[in-house]
Amino acid sequence: MSEASRPRWFEQAPPEPRPRERREAPVTQLWVRCGACKAVLYKDQLAASHQVCPKCGHHMHITARGRLELLVDPGSFQRHDAGLAPQDPLEFADSKPYSERLTAAQAKTGERDAWLGGSASIDGIAVQIGSFDFAFLGGSMGSVVGECITRLFERATRLRQPAIVISASGGARMQEGVLSLMQMARTCAALARLREQGGMPYISVLTHPTTGGVAASFAMLGDLILAEPNALIGFAGPRVIEQTIGEALPEGFQTSEYLLGHGMVDEIVPRGELRAVIGRALHLLVDPA
Amino acid sequence: MDTVLEFERPIIELKKRVESLREIERETGADLSASIEQLGRQADQLQRSIFDQLTPWQRTQLSRHPSRPYTLDYVDGLFTDWMELHGDRAGHDDQAIVGGLCRLDGRPVVVIGHQKGRNTRENLKRNFGMPRPDGYRKALRLMRLAERFGRPIITFIDTPGAYPGIDAEERGQAEAIAKNIMDMSYLRVPVVAVVIGEGGSGGALALGVANRVLMLENSTYSVISPEGCAAILWRDRAEGPRAAEALRITAGDCLRLRVVDEVIPEPTGGAHRDHPGVIAAVGAALRHHLGALAGLSPEALQDDRYDRFRGLGAVTEPPPLTMPLLEGAAEPPSA
Repeated sequence: MSEASRPRWFEQAPPEPRPRERREAPVTQLWVRCGACKAVLYKDQLAASHQVCPKCGHHMHITARGRLELLVDPGSFQRHDAGLAPQDPLEFADSKPYSERLTAAQAKTGERDAWLGGSASIDGIAVQIGSFDFAFLGGSMGSVVGECITRLFERATRLRQPAIVISASGGARMQEGVLSLMQMARTCAALARLREQGGMPYISVLTHPTTGGVAASFAMLGDLILAEPNALIGFAGPRVIEQTIGEALPEGFQTSEYLLGHGMVDEIVPRGELRAVIGRALHLLVDPA
Repeated sequence: MDTVLEFERPIIELKKRVESLREIERETGADLSASIEQLGRQADQLQRSIFDQLTPWQRTQLSRHPSRPYTLDYVDGLFTDWMELHGDRAGHDDQAIVGGLCRLDGRPVVVIGHQKGRNTRENLKRNFGMPRPDGYRKALRLMRLAERFGRPIITFIDTPGAYPGIDAEERGQAEAIAKNIMDMSYLRVPVVAVVIGEGGSGGALALGVANRVLMLENSTYSVISPEGCAAILWRDRAEGPRAAEALRITAGDCLRLRVVDEVIPEPTGGAHRDHPGVIAAVGAALRHHLGALAGLSPEALQDDRYDRFRGLGAVTEPPPLTMPLLEGAAEPPSA
């Protein structure tokens, strides 16, 4: 629960300090409500289930760190490109300057941009892996994310290691304009080289949401494409489509299940099983014959 | 009916007055040449001063002008021996993208481009230049054909964006665009792209991963349409002019950001007022860039394209000296 949504009276004059009260955290910091079934869940319980609702199986957002912890062999992760930081090439401002939005997102997430990636191993196989951080400006892809993913594919090609990208992104970052669009080109160009020269598989994991310029580039180009249940995946957002065609969208449109039914993803894998499934797939693809 | 944009009106008014003076001259035989010349000069001056300081939104309007030359106009004006090729070989022939074999100065090339319609009937057929996945797959098929036979590829970009519709999503719009972008980057023949009107987001880039990307002076290239951006940021599509400014979508901006390699000047008054002039300018630019790429080996062409896009973006990073330390430092994700 964010600072802003805590009740105002916490900021007012505190009552007489009593040891018993200090020990107890405010109730709002302890529980969250499932966005799907509305069940009240304890945060610890939710963390233990990797942000998947134990009652209904709804997959909520998970931080990039939590994501990678869940997927890689314990202690195997070495971060790359941690020093890369965004600029404001357009000096973009809407109601707030982009530079301020960046500072706020950095303070909120403790990351410089919407990406965390590095070297790791999965089931003993050395991989290049990275994940979007949806909490950072909706996981949008600007120059830093594009550069990190390009380098990830370049390292995978050079080191002859499999590449794994976990997407959670609304698409290209509007505030970097056409330069964000160009990130689609450079990431995909690096991916072409991995395919042609690296001889190693690329596994793309689609999570809620994967849309726009991220879907229309490396996310939909995995040798294997896995999706978490009930994620929104597509090129155009549902609202844009509704406005364009002027009618309601079919039930379940643009969900993981819909894409599976239309041949666009290989399999739907619940979060808790992802590590095992990726490990098996990697062994099936790269073990010596 | 000729569409006249708001800011063009004073110019058009003056030019009409010149015309009516000429008519009077013809009918009455009176010598009005001095007035005609003076008014004509005024009209030219006004046109130049207006076109010298177009706002990004005015350029957006020009890029969408319904009289602007489209891909098939360039095909007619620049190439010979045109043979249009159809279909994606998977059930569809998208009319929002056209492509085929032809010759430039006698040399065989492959031309592919978005195609808009000039009227309602044509636009229904062309879907306003908004391709479905089938269009991108057709384009890629033709690029592969060009590659196999060593033909340079010329693409013309002019789309509001890929079509946001149920059928397009159902058939994998995102995948089709992605595949084009990836495979174009690795083509073994020269590729030159020209943004001739609207460079609308991923739907434009899917024909845009070229060795050289050129852009007409009054065309735009953007990650999202100004109206779409305004709808998200200001919750009001009418704020498009503001968004056009903020997004830096003009040819000059794109040149500064190194997204395009050359801006092709349009005749004063815009491409829609002088088709032969703008077609000749595009032809000259194409010849120049294709000539420069002609000597490169397939591998050199791939590398050239890779390097061209590799550097696009704006990031900061600590100096290289510290990098080995950073890369070597173990940092558990839970830290």
